[in-house]
Amino acid sequence: MDRLSINQRAVILSFVLLIGGLLVWEASIPAQKAASELTEYERLTGGGAPKAGVPPPSQVIEKAWQELSNPFYDAGPNDKGIGIQIAYSLYRVLSGYFLAALVAIPIGFLIGMSPVAYKALNPFIQVLRPISPLAWMPLALFIIQDSNASAIFVIFICSIWPMLINTAFGVAGVRSDWVNVARTHELGPIKTALTVILPAAAPTIVTGMRISIGIAWLVIVAAEMLVGGTGIGYYVWNEWNNLDLTSVIFSILMIGVVGMALDAAFGRLQRAVAYVE
Amino acid sequence: MSKAFLSIENLTQRFPSGKGEQMTVFENASFGIEKGEFVCILGHSGCGKSTIMNILAGLADPTSGAVLMDGKEVSGPSLDRGVVFQNYSLLPWLSALKNVTFGVAARYPEWSKAKVVEHSTKYLSMVGLDGDAIHRKPSQLSGGMRQRVSIARAFANHPKLLLLDEPFGALDALTRGTIQDELLKIWSGTSQTVFMITHDIDEAILLADRILLMTNGPFARVAESVEITIPRPRKRDQIIDHPNYYAIRNHLVHFLATRSKELAGQQTGSESNTPQTVRIDRLEEAKGDDSDDPRPASHLRAVNE
Ligand SMILES: Nc1ncnc2c1ncn2[C@@H]1O[C@H](COP(=O)(O)OP(=O)(O)O)[C@@H](O)[C@H]1O
Ligand SMILES: [Mg+2]
Repeated sequence: MDRLSINQRAVILSFVLLIGGLLVWEASIPAQKAASELTEYERLTGGGAPKAGVPPPSQVIEKAWQELSNPFYDAGPNDKGIGIQIAYSLYRVLSGYFLAALVAIPIGFLIGMSPVAYKALNPFIQVLRPISPLAWMPLALFIIQDSNASAIFVIFICSIWPMLINTAFGVAGVRSDWVNVARTHELGPIKTALTVILPAAAPTIVTGMRISIGIAWLVIVAAEMLVGGTGIGYYVWNEWNNLDLTSVIFSILMIGVVGMALDAAFGRLQRAVAYVE
Repeated sequence: MSKAFLSIENLTQRFPSGKGEQMTVFENASFGIEKGEFVCILGHSGCGKSTIMNILAGLADPTSGAVLMDGKEVSGPSLDRGVVFQNYSLLPWLSALKNVTFGVAARYPEWSKAKVVEHSTKYLSMVGLDGDAIHRKPSQLSGGMRQRVSIARAFANHPKLLLLDEPFGALDALTRGTIQDELLKIWSGTSQTVFMITHDIDEAILLADRILLMTNGPFARVAESVEITIPRPRKRDQIIDHPNYYAIRNHLVHFLATRSKELAGQQTGSESNTPQTVRIDRLEEAKGDDSDDPRPASHLRAVNE
């Protein structure tokens, strides 16, 4: 064992935990009786129909294989492939998120650079920030009159705060020495913002962006459960209504995997802009 | 004071002190620096050296008074005044080379990229940095190497005036020595005007044409301007044998140890404070009194004891 690196040992342990967990799960589900073993009475009372219990992992894996081998089929409003549902969710998350970035990063810059702007906007931020993004939903639905746009709006609202606050914080914290370097080189305000302040504040800004994308992905599931129609959140809720727990578990796992991929992408961006003082 | 290349006129700086009162760092400070001169300013910590330098750089405005360079008033920072800060102030996300090209591209926006890189590489090699090291980030360089990059960035821009704020303060003695030599080498090739803050007497004697001595604050004054009568080129191991070396050194030590305190806190009202010129030259003295400056003899008294 000593010869293996920490990483190798961790991978082995992960697999052991995964397989152990799956075996315990599989073993704890009572087996369904085969139809031939049923008595006449059981057959008449519907006991032969599969019970809506928690499915064993083998079924979930089978379901995953089936869904992932044809992710983009479209058989009407209530039967779309998992790929299509995730694509809808990602489209809403990314559009709301990028709109939020377009607003939050410039305003964050302004707040970070100007104490007056900071003091003027701070009360609004303090009041608006703690509001659960879903609380905006009824208002959004009423004003926008469109469920898809309302979901995007909710994502916009929940993504804006971490980016705004981190940008302001990062910009305000840029060392005055670096700003002085820009000043002694006669850089104009735009050039200073782009070549000195932005790279100096980038790690903090990207941290805010990473927090935001995480929150946006959490919120989209709930938002889509509310507005319905399409998306991974709607899919989970719809499968629950169908009592198809296998699909519910499968889609829960997919939510985790997509969230992890989004986070990893921003983690990579974070490493790209990081610097050591 | 007749118009020198750089003329500091009745500079006064006050800061609000904690209790809502005003703290006067210095008052009516006036002195001049000639073109091509290397001037060091010596004084105890907190007397206002950095404050003066920030005003010369245009990074801060004085409470009153003016700084004139080439007859024009200094307002705001300019590429004509290059600054080397004590903490190097390199941009940590850029490589050593990019830190220099950053400055050169700002100074010469019309240059091609290749020319900017070539020019920057040349100045980096002048301070002893080449090869792989110039592509490293500041965090991967030693303190000495970082300060070399900072010096290369300043010299590569050919500023009319170069300002250095305790550039070697954070370096160990050996590194300090090598970089001082490199600074001398690069400076002697350019006849650049340099204004440098230091608290190291030997460094000041090695580098400067003239040393300005500051009394302690508040109400600090630039009290004396000591000429360094040791011919160039100077070598650190040879100047100590020069007859003027210890005479000058003793004068400086004496000033910093006792007189900077005695002279401190003297409010002078509205008159302008110009430093007294001190010229210590044992060789001239030995030759007989053929100097037309009547002062050295009187000033030597303080030195000989
Ligand atoms: N921005 C400021 N506000 C208030 N006091 C200051 C400020 N800058 C410097 N001082 C004070 O001015 C004096 C001179 O500071 P400084 O020029 O940094 O000294 P030195 O560089 O000679 O060590 C110190 O007493 C310092 O506390
Ligand atoms: Mg200082």
